[in-house]
Amino acid sequence: MTKPVLSVRNLEVEFVTRRATLRAINGVSFDIAKGEVLGVVGESGAGKSVTGLAVIGLIDPPGRISSGEIELSGTRIDHLPPEEIRRVRGKRIGMIFQDPLTSLNPLYRIGDQIVETIRTHSNLSESAARRRAIDLLAEVGIPAPEKRIDGYPHEFSGGMRQRVVIALAICAEPELIIADEPTTALDVSVQAQIIALIKRLGRDHGTAVMLVTHDMGVIAETCDRVAVMYSGRIAEIGPVQEVVRNPLHPYAKGLMGAIPTLAGEDKRLVQIPGAMPRLSAIPPGCPFNPRCAFVFDRCRVERPEPIRQGDQSVACHLFEPAKETAA
Amino acid sequence: MLAFTLRRFLQAIGVMLAVGVIAFAMFRFAGDPVNQIVSIDTSAAQRAEIRHSLGLDDPVLVQFGRYFINALQFKFGVSYQFRLPVSSLLAERMPATLELAIVATIFAMVAGILMGVYSALRRDTVLARLFQAISLIGISLPTFLIGILLIYLFAVTLGWLPSFGRGEVVKLGWWSTGLLTVSGWKAIIMPAITLGLFQMTLIMRLVRAEMLEVLRTDYIRFARARGLTTRAIHFGHALKNTLVPVITVAGLQFGSVIAFSIITETVFQWPGMGLLFVQAVQNVDIPIMAAYLLMVSLIFVTINLVVDILYTVVDPRLRSTVGRAA
Repeated sequence: MTKPVLSVRNLEVEFVTRRATLRAINGVSFDIAKGEVLGVVGESGAGKSVTGLAVIGLIDPPGRISSGEIELSGTRIDHLPPEEIRRVRGKRIGMIFQDPLTSLNPLYRIGDQIVETIRTHSNLSESAARRRAIDLLAEVGIPAPEKRIDGYPHEFSGGMRQRVVIALAICAEPELIIADEPTTALDVSVQAQIIALIKRLGRDHGTAVMLVTHDMGVIAETCDRVAVMYSGRIAEIGPVQEVVRNPLHPYAKGLMGAIPTLAGEDKRLVQIPGAMPRLSAIPPGCPFNPRCAFVFDRCRVERPEPIRQGDQSVACHLFEPAKETAA
Repeated sequence: MLAFTLRRFLQAIGVMLAVGVIAFAMFRFAGDPVNQIVSIDTSAAQRAEIRHSLGLDDPVLVQFGRYFINALQFKFGVSYQFRLPVSSLLAERMPATLELAIVATIFAMVAGILMGVYSALRRDTVLARLFQAISLIGISLPTFLIGILLIYLFAVTLGWLPSFGRGEVVKLGWWSTGLLTVSGWKAIIMPAITLGLFQMTLIMRLVRAEMLEVLRTDYIRFARARGLTTRAIHFGHALKNTLVPVITVAGLQFGSVIAFSIITETVFQWPGMGLLFVQAVQNVDIPIMAAYLLMVSLIFVTINLVVDILYTVVDPRLRSTVGRAA
């Protein structure tokens, strides 16, 4: 077993506000191997995006990584000095944000933005960087790149802009790409293209991908493994087939039950009652206990640790090997 | 782009026509001009003769037409007080006002942008707070008071700078400049600071607010995720986006700098158009007042036009949407 590209151990992220310290990420651990696509799902506010930002070192004050370790190909990258983490960003980790319409600076030609990024991370000359930029645009599927390179962002459609953003994210051949809901702002037909593109790039370059999304369809189609997040923790993580077909955690079950199928028998979709707790009011024990159908006393007092179940890992007392009231 | 420029140009002409009507109306509402030219013992026949020679007995529309055609050729009549053509009086005074306004604006822009950028990037430092405090003073203290305080400190107490006038002036053709002599520079420092202080604080506050806004945008976050250096992000990306609205305001402010120079010129006895105007008001010298009104509006309208065009140069989005809309 080779070393994973990204290894996150017991990550905690806190936001210090005047009233209280809010813990947005609470003990998250996962690995992503070379060429692997890890999907991260969960409701809004579950901590998906914050996890991505923590990995690339873009948590802004008042937020901070309060404990845990982040290793990129064996070297620790949390708590690097600002100048060193800057060199990691864009070079070793590429990031794609949600809204391609606002990700590009409207006043600069897209070519200038790509050349600028390439030259920040390499010694290429202006003209060599420009040739590389044209190649990159061709690789992400922009037609007539040698002409489009001199266009401004507003001259591109949403899908095309997201391609440009992807070109920017991969221009230094990073080991890891973090895609934070890359398709949420796009049309459905374009979504599939962008997902296929990210998948292809990951495969061609052996890049590890962390794909943050709400969209279970995207997860099922793209990912090798999936992590289900709830209230700043990973509820369940495992190979995508297992987690989608046979979810263990009651929350993951609820999430999979809420996916409509086109071929569907006329069943009502299962709803999860209630809403995720706010960061300032996370219940003691398992954060999911107020909404859980299988809740028992222990869930209300003791926080469940991840437990291995075959290839999956689940944080739920239901799977505790025979200790008092295991179901 | 061409259609856009043309449309703005036509609008500018419309504004100038309206101002022309107002300027002309001043002649008719500020009393009988003949009374201000003649002395008390002029006979009625002589008055009628003067009235006729000035064309004041023609129908109003004819008079307006004549005034308008003359104004187009920069002929604004004869000053009651100096008995000289207004246009030559203005031309003689204009370099002083323009030089003052330009130096004041450059001072305001340079100091305002530097202080604004600094206080946006180092928000919590002592110096940033000091700038904020200074800007509050600059906004709330009236211009004449600042001018008088400066005179008291640097001219009266310390004796470093002259308290009035332009210093030595060099003639370059019809343009007289004070910027080629040491005494000219010494003389312009205090008036320029007095005149530019308000604009400086305005620009500083605008740059600060605008830059903080830009630093929060997605493309700045993405630029950071791309690993660009802090310098490239702040001064390449953020500053350029910040300057788009700043250009507009600074440009439009240049017009008010010229208009406000009335006060500064009076305080420092600066021999410019503003001082001429104040003297004209005291003497009810309507041709000068009307001409000054027209000149200032012309400057305002021209600047407006230039700023609009400049805007499209800086912001590529406007170029195409404007082109499409037109």
